[in-house]
Amino acid sequence: MTDFTHGALYGGGIITVIMTLVALALWGERKMAARMQSRLGPTLVGPFGLLQPVADVLKLLQKEDIVPDEADRVLFNLAPPLGAIGALAVAAVVPFSASIIGADLDAGVLYLLAIGALGVLPVFIAGWGSNNKFALLGAMRAIAQSVSYEVPLVLAALVPVILTGTMKVSAIVEYQAQHHWLIAWPFFLGVPAFVLFMLAMLAESNRIPFDIPEAESELVAGITTEYTGMKFALFYMAEYLHTLIASAVAAALFLGGWDGPFAPGLHWMAAKTLGLFAFVYWVRWTLLRFRSDQLMALCWRWLVPTGVALVLGAALWVVFVG
Amino acid sequence: MAEQVLFWVFAIGTIAGAGGVIAVRNPVASAISLVATFFFLAGTYVLLWAHTIAVIQVLVYAGAIMVLFLFVIMLLSLTDHGPIVQLSPSRIAGALATAALLASLVGVFRKLPPGDTVTWATDASRLSSFGTLKELGAVLYTQWLFPFEAVSLLLLVAIVGAVVVAKARV
Repeated sequence: MTDFTHGALYGGGIITVIMTLVALALWGERKMAARMQSRLGPTLVGPFGLLQPVADVLKLLQKEDIVPDEADRVLFNLAPPLGAIGALAVAAVVPFSASIIGADLDAGVLYLLAIGALGVLPVFIAGWGSNNKFALLGAMRAIAQSVSYEVPLVLAALVPVILTGTMKVSAIVEYQAQHHWLIAWPFFLGVPAFVLFMLAMLAESNRIPFDIPEAESELVAGITTEYTGMKFALFYMAEYLHTLIASAVAAALFLGGWDGPFAPGLHWMAAKTLGLFAFVYWVRWTLLRFRSDQLMALCWRWLVPTGVALVLGAALWVVFVG
Repeated sequence: MAEQVLFWVFAIGTIAGAGGVIAVRNPVASAISLVATFFFLAGTYVLLWAHTIAVIQVLVYAGAIMVLFLFVIMLLSLTDHGPIVQLSPSRIAGALATAALLASLVGVFRKLPPGDTVTWATDASRLSSFGTLKELGAVLYTQWLFPFEAVSLLLLVAIVGAVVVAKARV
């Protein structure tokens, strides 16, 4: 089997599994949020309301597709699929088990960060193409936020790279399987780096407490204001995709990826990813939203200096101890 | 076989994207075409076994620099001016610079020995390490250390300059 067919087959399989998981995650989040607010959540469609996402998609497909007169048609239609593709593209280098990996790139971590940095583009295109002041304001906030939080994200991702001496994601997991998970030892570097990574990742995927770009009480719905039907659903899905895949990345970089006793690697990877994913939603339904300037202050005054200190600490650790 | 198909996809995509940059009227659409050009170019780099360069191309050009472009477009709020046909000094200078670039490219291609590239590219021992992060780092920090550090200093000067220009009282 050539590399090309290998990549195509794995890509198709991984995308199918991830999309199914996202549909189930939608149901899971609604159930969890409902329980936290003493409600029942979806119960009517299918057993435990499990078929609710299917019903939602059917409903969204029937909605009228509205493009505003003043909008830039091409850009307006380009943004939603671009967002979803960008979120999915990251999955290519995530090792789901010792053998299940789309493309085991030598510069895997760099690839993750590069594709992550592109998340700004669909946001900008949507904000500009909608020709709506709320959408544009939302886009401005989102871009400022993403560009700022890119810095602590890169710094946090550098810590496992320095400690393991490789940028190949599979090799980072391999190292943790042979030695120890990076969050366990050296924990004074691993734990803060992991927290930093999760915070920056939450900010990048625009989740509460960092969901300022679509603060509905201030900005209607930010960049998605003018979008209807399936196009809106694509934005919504891209957000879930981003959170899910970023959880998988965090699990691989800090929590030992597919490493674990008693069960096959894939099970461990799935458990860790879904655990982190659920944690993100737990945070979302617990905390309030930051104000825009508080968010920037948090990033530049606290997270960036912490990140620089962690990178320095990791370098010292490797030189003098590791 | 697959590589050849991919090459043509990337090559046509690059040229179509580059054409779009100058043909499209809307400045934002023009910038997006440029992003597409960078992407297809990165694909060509991957075909040449230069994965690291391809990823950096996406990170730096399609990611960072294009965001800067888009910000500038947004802040300048350009409107449609209609076609500009008159000959200005900057246009003549641009045409001359492009001609010089084309001439140097043609000159370089004429200097290439004809068969050499093929034997080099099929050398398996070379291919296994070529374009990896390790090899790139080794070359960057030994052979090209001085230019690398000089560029770092240049970037630092640019950042300090930006702060000085942006803030009246520092």
